[in-house]
Amino acid sequence: MALDSDSDIKQFKIVGTRPPRPDGIDKVTGRARFGADVTAPGMLIGLVLRSPHAHARILGIDTSEAEAMDGVHAVVTRADFAEIEDDDYTADILDNCMAGEKALYDGHAVAAIAASSGAIARKALKRIRVEYEPLPHVTDVDAAMQPDAPVLHQERANETVPPDMGGNVMARYEFGHGDIEAGLNKADRVLERTYRTEATHQGYIEPHACLAQVGPDGQADLWCCTQGQYMVRDTCAAMLGLKQGQLRVTASEIGGGFGGKTTVFLEPLALVLSRKSGRPVKMVMSRAEVLRASGPTSSTSIDVRMGMTKDGRITSAFAELRYQGGAYPGSPVEFGAMSAFAPYELENVKTIGWDVVANRPKQAAYRAPGAPMAAFAVESAIDELARGFGLDPLDVRLKNAAREGTRASHGVTYMAIGLEATVHTAKNHPHWSAPLGPNQGRGVACGFWFNFGGNTCVSLNITPDGTVNVLEGNPDIGGSRASMSMMAAEELGIPYDKVRTVIADTASLGLNDVTDGSRVTFAVGLATIEAARAAKREMCKRAAMVWGIEEDAVMWEDGAARPAGPNAGEYPPMSLAEIAAIASNTGGPIAGHHEVNAEGAGVSFATHMVDAEVDPETGAAKILRYTVFQDAGKAVHPDFVEGQFQGGAVQGIGWALNEEYVYGEDGTLQNAGFLDYRVPVASDLPMIDTVILEIPNPGHPYGVRGVGETSIVPPLAAVANAISAAAGVRMDTIPMSPPRVLLALRSG
Amino acid sequence: MNKIHVTTKINGDPVEYLCDPEDTLLDVLRDQLGMTGSKEGCGTGDCGACSVTVNGRLVCSCLMLGAEASDCEVATIEGMADGENLHPLQKKFIEHAALQCGICTPGILVAARSLLERNPDPTEEEARYWLAGNLCRCTGYDKIIRAVMDAAAEMREAS
Repeated sequence: MALDSDSDIKQFKIVGTRPPRPDGIDKVTGRARFGADVTAPGMLIGLVLRSPHAHARILGIDTSEAEAMDGVHAVVTRADFAEIEDDDYTADILDNCMAGEKALYDGHAVAAIAASSGAIARKALKRIRVEYEPLPHVTDVDAAMQPDAPVLHQERANETVPPDMGGNVMARYEFGHGDIEAGLNKADRVLERTYRTEATHQGYIEPHACLAQVGPDGQADLWCCTQGQYMVRDTCAAMLGLKQGQLRVTASEIGGGFGGKTTVFLEPLALVLSRKSGRPVKMVMSRAEVLRASGPTSSTSIDVRMGMTKDGRITSAFAELRYQGGAYPGSPVEFGAMSAFAPYELENVKTIGWDVVANRPKQAAYRAPGAPMAAFAVESAIDELARGFGLDPLDVRLKNAAREGTRASHGVTYMAIGLEATVHTAKNHPHWSAPLGPNQGRGVACGFWFNFGGNTCVSLNITPDGTVNVLEGNPDIGGSRASMSMMAAEELGIPYDKVRTVIADTASLGLNDVTDGSRVTFAVGLATIEAARAAKREMCKRAAMVWGIEEDAVMWEDGAARPAGPNAGEYPPMSLAEIAAIASNTGGPIAGHHEVNAEGAGVSFATHMVDAEVDPETGAAKILRYTVFQDAGKAVHPDFVEGQFQGGAVQGIGWALNEEYVYGEDGTLQNAGFLDYRVPVASDLPMIDTVILEIPNPGHPYGVRGVGETSIVPPLAAVANAISAAAGVRMDTIPMSPPRVLLALRSG
Repeated sequence: MNKIHVTTKINGDPVEYLCDPEDTLLDVLRDQLGMTGSKEGCGTGDCGACSVTVNGRLVCSCLMLGAEASDCEVATIEGMADGENLHPLQKKFIEHAALQCGICTPGILVAARSLLERNPDPTEEEARYWLAGNLCRCTGYDKIIRAVMDAAAEMREAS
């Protein structure tokens, strides 16, 4: 175990165990309240009118007929929102929520309506007359980069883009060091290949939902499913021209996010409709709306050039990555370019990333945004070179593995990291040596994610009866309330069930960054531990007062204040409950709090191993066995760590095998439903085995690293390497749906 | 628009409601009766988050009209626990950490109970195929299947 020097804990008693989660009973009984589960007196139902065109100029919107209908209380368009100046980031989010001069993709919102019932709202939507001038469109990333492609935005490219690039190229990124050509000259073989991945959706089962109420005094309340209530507050306040303190946002239970709920879609519309109608407004997306107008991630096209010696040393590595991020700048290509070669120590390495816009919904973060596609390309190339030389692909990764002190391609030098440990463990696992049958193949791949810390506030309140409430500001997306209660209980030396953690609304706690970057167990955990330490210092002070000794002559151990040093043993220890009971007489209520912009998140690595079988007649691939090896730093609640490993792996399997956005020639989405956008179901899968490694993160008091995102980075490549081995032909396009595999089999 | 008067039983309780002809059973449960444990993930019968049983048969309540539920026995997640006593499946889902966000959990529990009523001793494959109509995006199904198999074993032992 790794504990920081401030710790009075000798051995974990609670961290590392598997207690039941505090929200478990609510969630198995149907009591838990998610985004769409609330109502308000006098509530209206809000609906959105969406563009049927992939790209069109909006010449005019006539809402008069809809507004005249009985039961319709408000109709809003872009004109009802504040102008956002000097903030392109928020201006783009607003334009994505409600189109301005142009509709930029199929499903782009152009108007919204609030009516006394859903039935009336649906009828009223049809009475809004929008005059469109359809424009040529482009949805493919490579086509969008062509000089003659239809252009979405005039003059939006930033200064990094050379002037001769097409008008849809928004930014260029470059990372690396060394001399690519010199490195290639030292190789025994140079591989050049282009890889493509299709766009996928986060696929959370809970559609976006919210309930907004704006009073005539400008005081507003919003309930919504989100990964970050403070982000919702700040973004919506800017769009409505409200002050942040006027808008209180409460996060509901969240029915999945995976990055897709780190921005706003309906929330500003519901607030504007409420302001205009004077009534509470509830809005819930349909699944088709979720797929057409929220989420997805980028589709990509990536060139890799890699040189390797015949003993497996990578002498040179180059990747050029092209990501379309939908209709606005900001695809995750920068993360792709930074993470592509992050698992390796390379003398000569370079990545170039191009951020491209196309007539698709604005991409939203999806679990390790940008990294899975880059890892697919790079890990496929390593696999192809290794197999070409007859080398063990795990040995090749070990030979080139990054370790403590390695300077990564994106410029940082690593502290203690777990990549080698995951590869070694994979190599020694029985899965690696298990026999394979006909038409079966085994693939491996490594993956990296940065992890994040960020702005965090925690308050910890000691109640008079000695139980404890932890107040944190990040929606619990996978058991984090349990983890916070565990860390607070560990630090205070009290039982887990004496602590209850709740998620604060935006008026009840200072700023917290969004639940993203695998940051919550790390950063909120760190703040929880520090808040507990602050409370302990206060409790020691109170005990010192009772005993009439100096404050610094009191220490905290095993849930009680004890006299230390020369006074040791002079007074019986005072438990947390005893100190709490007399707090009114020793200075008042006791609480601890901690506010921080947390750093030291500690990068994360994983190695995945998968067996697949390919049906040579249909091209269908079946996943037979899957094992995840990942470094968690310290697994606070191992069940939830395993759950993150398994969930990420299966999202990656879906991406690798089935999931894709299919656009027609008219630029409209062809598969906006769960029947045709096929996420993995239980019968598609085997059990997902997990091996948790614990290489402590020196940046966290208990050694914790975030674990949520890395698990989706290796699967695309691992599955592709398995299928390529099974089929005897290299798969370079994701998803490897049956028609694609069949085509490869027949042409390979 | 003429409302339809429906008399039925939900979780054993007599219930009356008025619904529009186009209202689904899910609309009635959630919007009229305040039973929001059944979730709408798709509205097209593809995700199973709205799973209930009607006269013992597992259905997507988004694919059934409220008017069709007249004189039926409807069972939802809200009736799964016996007062304070959780159903063995509910207990095992907590014990095995078989939920992360929890949005699919009510539907999966209702579907799993329906499986075990028909087949108290399912193989892993039978459980996976029975639950193939219930999407979970968080867990990768591993812990869900383990919880269902464990609950089945415990229920067999108890009976």
